[in-house]
Amino acid sequence: MRLEPKPAPSMAVTLLYPAMAILATFVIAAILVMIAGAAPLQVFGLVIKGAVGSQFALVETLTRATPLIFTGLAIAVAFRAKLWNIGAEAQLYAGAVMTILLGTGAIAAPAFVLIPVIIVGAMTAGALLLLGPAILKTRFGVDEVVTTLLLNFIFLLFVSMLLEGPLKDPMGLGWPQSERVVSEGRLPRIIQGKRLHFGFILAIFSALAVWLIMAKSVLGYEMRAVGHNPQAARFAGIPVNRVLVKTALLSGGLAALAGVSEVAGLKGSLTLDISPGFGYTGIVVAMLALLNPLGVVVSAIFVAGIFVGADAMSRSAGVPSYISDVMVATALLSMVTAIMLTRFRIRWR
Amino acid sequence: MTAQQSGEVVLNLSGITKTFGPLVANDSISFSLKQGEVIALLGENGAGKTTLMNILFGHYVADAGTVTAFGHELPKGDPQAALDAKIGMVHQHFTLADNMTVLDNIALGTQSLFRPSFDRAKAKQRIVSHAEDFGLSVDPDALIADLSVGERQRVEILKALYRDARILILDEPTAVLTPLETDALFRTLKMLVAKGLSIIFISHKLQEVMAVSDRVLVLRGGKMVGEELTANTDRKALAGLMVGEDIQPPKISEPQTGKTVFKLKGVSAKGVGTGADLQDIFLELKAGEITGLAGVSGNGQAALAALISGTLSPSKGSIDINGEAIRSWSPRSALAHRIGRIPEDRHAVGMIGDMSVTENVVSERYLGSRFSKMGFLNWGAARRFAESIIRDFDVKCPSPEARVRLLSGGNMQKLILGRAFDGDPQMILASQPTRGLDVGAVSYVHAQLLKARARGAAILLISEDLDEVMTLSDQIIVMSKGRLSSPSKRGARTIADLGTLMAGHGFEGASDISSKEPDHAA
Repeated sequence: MRLEPKPAPSMAVTLLYPAMAILATFVIAAILVMIAGAAPLQVFGLVIKGAVGSQFALVETLTRATPLIFTGLAIAVAFRAKLWNIGAEAQLYAGAVMTILLGTGAIAAPAFVLIPVIIVGAMTAGALLLLGPAILKTRFGVDEVVTTLLLNFIFLLFVSMLLEGPLKDPMGLGWPQSERVVSEGRLPRIIQGKRLHFGFILAIFSALAVWLIMAKSVLGYEMRAVGHNPQAARFAGIPVNRVLVKTALLSGGLAALAGVSEVAGLKGSLTLDISPGFGYTGIVVAMLALLNPLGVVVSAIFVAGIFVGADAMSRSAGVPSYISDVMVATALLSMVTAIMLTRFRIRWR
Repeated sequence: MTAQQSGEVVLNLSGITKTFGPLVANDSISFSLKQGEVIALLGENGAGKTTLMNILFGHYVADAGTVTAFGHELPKGDPQAALDAKIGMVHQHFTLADNMTVLDNIALGTQSLFRPSFDRAKAKQRIVSHAEDFGLSVDPDALIADLSVGERQRVEILKALYRDARILILDEPTAVLTPLETDALFRTLKMLVAKGLSIIFISHKLQEVMAVSDRVLVLRGGKMVGEELTANTDRKALAGLMVGEDIQPPKISEPQTGKTVFKLKGVSAKGVGTGADLQDIFLELKAGEITGLAGVSGNGQAALAALISGTLSPSKGSIDINGEAIRSWSPRSALAHRIGRIPEDRHAVGMIGDMSVTENVVSERYLGSRFSKMGFLNWGAARRFAESIIRDFDVKCPSPEARVRLLSGGNMQKLILGRAFDGDPQMILASQPTRGLDVGAVSYVHAQLLKARARGAAILLISEDLDEVMTLSDQIIVMSKGRLSSPSKRGARTIADLGTLMAGHGFEGASDISSKEPDHAA
């Protein structure tokens, strides 16, 4: 078996293959659901209902999608320049820690001052966290996959230390949790009484901004050039290393916004479980969106919907909610296969 | 060599057809090879020579047609069958493991995995006897990494002989050789034929084809357009068949030599890849002149090109532009000093294949106010620039939005020319500017270089094609082992003189000069 490149795919093919990927995802998930002893169509119905079937479900899905949009954007930006940032999880926590440092009373200011201060501070923290690996990569050729991945564990332990020590809430009954963000620092709710908060608006706005940067700005052009062919970029006079460092700052800053959004928007305080792996899921979100910033919004909502819907489904159908992990993973594999098939033809011999 | 008309047919290709999408790479090609015969497969790049040989060798599966060797039809798509049928191939790019010895490379793949021992002495004995029989002198215990290109090619031939090849296919074997090494190769081929081997010699160089073959097959656009006994034809007729039209050599006027634009003074730098380091280089380029740099590949040309492009900085010595010493050197400073650069590898270095024509043509000037403002690109202006290059340089592409990867090599090179010639550069570096292009595109590139020369640009032409260097250059410099020879005016050195220099002889005098104030830089 071997792959032969195909000529430029037609529009129909570019649309048909992803559609087939989604179909394949459902077929494979259906098999697993049947093994679990439930009826696939009923289960899928429950997943969809649990994801978008009511105002409550929709709000939950969009709330869950918010941090995924930020981490998805962070990954999309970095991967576009072929900077393999696997450390969005740590950058998210860096943003969360900065939110607590600035937002629990250290600065007394009205909301319209404090919230921007928190956002800028958190983005700086996330950016600085990725700056180290970026410099190690550009100066010494250290593989950033290794450094960013390992930094996740280091930083999580660091946060754990902070929560057991200096950041521990004295009123927290001994739980490793921080003080609560003051009300001026909280992101306002979009609908009164619902969990969806201003962070979602910020996420949409960020996606538009990132799209504008990637498509129209000098920096976006440089990042794409460096990602596609660093050697040719260097020859043309594009400062490859400087572009990689700028990419790292942008990517780390975006991932940190997920931390702001979860702490100042949703939870109010920092614990060690504010992220069930949003930083890693962001990789899936970005890949499903083919690294397109606007596509990240759609794929984040899709992935969040499957997680939220599967939770609801498992309560009523008795199928473990782990099916959501399988579905997201299958969707990614199917999509990657579909993309390959639009570019290559398989020859058997 | 005399055609052995009576020899029995050892190889027969019949009706070979292969298409890649809309491209017909081979269109119903048939020919046969007799024992003791050398046939030359002549054609331009892209004519279908390599595809045909890949089918013969089982790397590709033909859409139609059969290959018969020694009376047996070869199964399709099975390289092992071709090897078993005693067909050996010497590829243009060698397939040797650098960190192993000659002996190990030759024996590689001939031993069963499960055999406990390997009789090295016997294998060595066999290699040495082949080497003596056919003038392929090479030390069996030497590491491949220590060998010259010519020696590596001998190892490849020995590898085929070690496997008892009776049919030998050589793909562009002279592209990497000095004239002397080429002569030695031709002598070896004659000895092989005398022992009854049959040879297919793939080339696009007419004089070699005339020198070495009994019969010539001409391919053009995937079709066999001519089959002639070498004795009954001549270079002109073959060239006509190969190109399909008469080609006119470029008319070259007297140079209007101006002031010195670019000067390297005692520059040393680390080599690029496996190429030689630059050692104490003196080079002077004058306005309105083409300086040709001849040499066998890997002798430091890549490093010199990288140095002038700005991607490599000198470890010693200085760069002067218009009489001023340059302090910091980078691609951007080279561009700022109006140096137009045509890189050797247009796919890997010249263009970004997955980006559009528009995005590629602005890559050297996107920062100026012409194409960007306040950190945002003016894509309208960029597109108009791309359209002007497409029009002025006759680039065939669907639109400025087309991805560059989809363009042919010639059209890609025209885009690079358009980008490099924008803003009327005072100096042009053309590194292997016509490698892999068809004749039409080659003459276009030559014409553009001559036009730039007439405009008063100082041009450095780096090429492995000695004909190209001798045709275009007002002065010729030879590069060997990272050193430059003294320059010679057009016609002052014969091919034999240049060949001697290319082989690395006769530099002692030149380095004496360059260690003092060099006369050619005065």
